[in-house]
Amino acid sequence: MSQAVKEKSIYADAFREFAAARAGEPAWVERLREGAFERFEELGFPTTDEEDWKYTNVAPIARKAFMPAAPDQVEVVGVETFVSAEARRSRLVFVNGVYSPEHSAREAIPSKVLVEELGAALTGEHGEVLWNHLGRLSGEGDDAFDALNTAFLGSGALIRVPAGVVVEAPVQLLFLTAPGETESATFPRVLVVAERDSRLDLIETYAAVDDSEYFTDAVVEVFVGEGAGVTHYKVQDEAGGAYHVASTRAEVSKDAVYDLTTVTLGARLSRHDIEVVLTSPGASCHVDGLYLVGDGQHTDTHSLIDHREPNGASRQNYKGILDGKSRAVFNGRVYVHAGAHGTDAQQSNKNLLLSTDARVDTKPQLEIYNDDVKCAHGATVGQLEEEELFYLLSRGLHRDLARNLLTYGFAEEIVKKIKFDSIRAQLDEAILNRLHARLEA
Amino acid sequence: MLEIRDLHATVDGKEILRGINLSIKKGEIHAIMGPNGSGKSTLAKILAGHPAYEVTQGEVLFEGRNLLELEPDERAREGVFLAFQYPVEVPGVSNAQFLRLAYNEKRKHLGEEELDPLEFKDLLAERAKVVEMDAGLMSRSVNEGFSGGEKKRNEILQMAVLEPKLAVLDETDSGLDIDALRIVSEGVNKLRTPENAVVLVTHYQRLLNYIIPDQVHVLYKGRIVRTGGKELALELEEKGYDWIKEAAAGA
Ligand SMILES: Nc1ncnc2c1ncn2[C@@H]1O[C@H](COP(=O)(O)OP(=O)(O)OP(=O)(O)O)[C@@H](O)[C@H]1O
Ligand SMILES: [Mg+2]
Repeated sequence: MSQAVKEKSIYADAFREFAAARAGEPAWVERLREGAFERFEELGFPTTDEEDWKYTNVAPIARKAFMPAAPDQVEVVGVETFVSAEARRSRLVFVNGVYSPEHSAREAIPSKVLVEELGAALTGEHGEVLWNHLGRLSGEGDDAFDALNTAFLGSGALIRVPAGVVVEAPVQLLFLTAPGETESATFPRVLVVAERDSRLDLIETYAAVDDSEYFTDAVVEVFVGEGAGVTHYKVQDEAGGAYHVASTRAEVSKDAVYDLTTVTLGARLSRHDIEVVLTSPGASCHVDGLYLVGDGQHTDTHSLIDHREPNGASRQNYKGILDGKSRAVFNGRVYVHAGAHGTDAQQSNKNLLLSTDARVDTKPQLEIYNDDVKCAHGATVGQLEEEELFYLLSRGLHRDLARNLLTYGFAEEIVKKIKFDSIRAQLDEAILNRLHARLEA
Repeated sequence: MLEIRDLHATVDGKEILRGINLSIKKGEIHAIMGPNGSGKSTLAKILAGHPAYEVTQGEVLFEGRNLLELEPDERAREGVFLAFQYPVEVPGVSNAQFLRLAYNEKRKHLGEEELDPLEFKDLLAERAKVVEMDAGLMSRSVNEGFSGGEKKRNEILQMAVLEPKLAVLDETDSGLDIDALRIVSEGVNKLRTPENAVVLVTHYQRLLNYIIPDQVHVLYKGRIVRTGGKELALELEEKGYDWIKEAAAGA
């Protein structure tokens, strides 16, 4: 009991302070935050008694009581190294949760397309888009982290692509943590509205300049309009001491396609909740990901694909590579409603364990309420194939290189679908760095 | 070049090789024949260092060194090559990348400069001609979805790239069509030098029309029960193995 009381109070002062500082914003935003904070106070941080949090203990986040980062501009060098080359002229950069106009660029974004920093959007002329969408996918749920994010909502981005517009350059949102804001929390919030028949590529990146300890609580809502297509990459490469909890919630309309690929490399503890609702006939989604974790890392992915209407298709392909004493959790739920005839849902989660100390808990969950569906799922946990290893050795490859190459081969299926070289290169390097670590060890 | 003396080996406690003696000099070609299950592939894999087999007795010297104490990758870099009877598929690893890494490992070992992907591409194109390998197979994953014959050709391509001192070809002829057999055989002949040696494991005399062996050995129940010239292969083709088996039983 005393635990719950303590949790309820840790953000109270910070919230009042934050709310006061954002006084000029519309009343509905204020109410949204108030409601969310009340909900957070009721819910508290989840505990491992809850089914959805059985394997992931967030007690350290509560214990460390990360407070919101100060809203100051922080000088940081080397931002360019975190920018995807393809998005050099179409990016918003945030440093310790604060929008950095200096490092952002919009030249490649068509003028009709709205890519705005959230703080400005809240007080600007686009109130209606926000009012219509913000919090609609993450508002009412019982997710404490979503609620906490909404309570401290203010930093992030609003992206709106008008009907029929194709955005050629990918838009990158870079959330960077720099020294000076260690032991603090940021609450990135993103709203994407892709209207009918529009096209958008989004790159959502979390990175850190040094190896500090902090907490990121992010929420991304994506609305994919009729016939529209959104390709979304989330690259989580937080500092080794970071806690990263995020949700990605998408609503996909008639004949629209949402294609999400997540790359999980960093953070001590990361949790990603993905919820894709196929709201209309013919909607489809791809939800793919790769997690690559090493000693001391814990990563948890929970996905829910919600087939509500006929003839929807979903493809989920998650692969995990675990080294050292690391742990991964994958829980993939597919829910097919009674009316969703002709649903075609596939899910796969494959894991490669490179050490005997690594552990994976993977659980596919299919809930199907009609007969006219095609559903397939599978999960595996395995080691490198001895025969494959011997084959490579027999051609003279050193053992480390051979293992590394096989590991790369395992990941390749996910890597090859990434259409931006910069992200692929980052992944190649992540896998390679692991090799160097091994060779030196 | 290679000296095998009284080699005994087991797998899962079962004795498969029961005293093999074999001496191969550089420049020579040896053929090993014998009924199914007699231990030919076992011998080949032991030379390459497969971890599933345990050598319980005897020794193997390669250029005067104890081969058995080397790791499989060290053996390869020293110049031992096994063309697998069943080449392994390696998903997600491109054939060209694999070949370049293997080639560069050998260069490094010899203290030579590594080749970058562009330089290697030229070398690969030239070596691929030796086995008339389709360029499309280079960008695909190693052996994945290759036809049986393509896999065998790929083995010889690897041999052409790595230029081993001792190549052990385990039934490389099985599964090749008539033209491919000729191409692959000619390829192996082109790769011959007075400095290297080849061991051909085969069931068919036909291969030996193309690649003329200096010696033919018959392996039966884990022992070499007969050794002869290339005529021995013809004799086997004609008479089968029964007479060999009987002789072995009588011995
Ligand atoms: N890993 C293994 N586990 C169990 N038995 C094995 C293993 N490898 C080989 N053997 C057994 O050893 C014996 C010799 O096998 P090997 O593959 O060496 O024969 P081979 O002469 O190459 O036959 P083939 O002509 O059919 O290729 C066989 O009885 C086989 O079943
Ligand atoms: Mg065999």
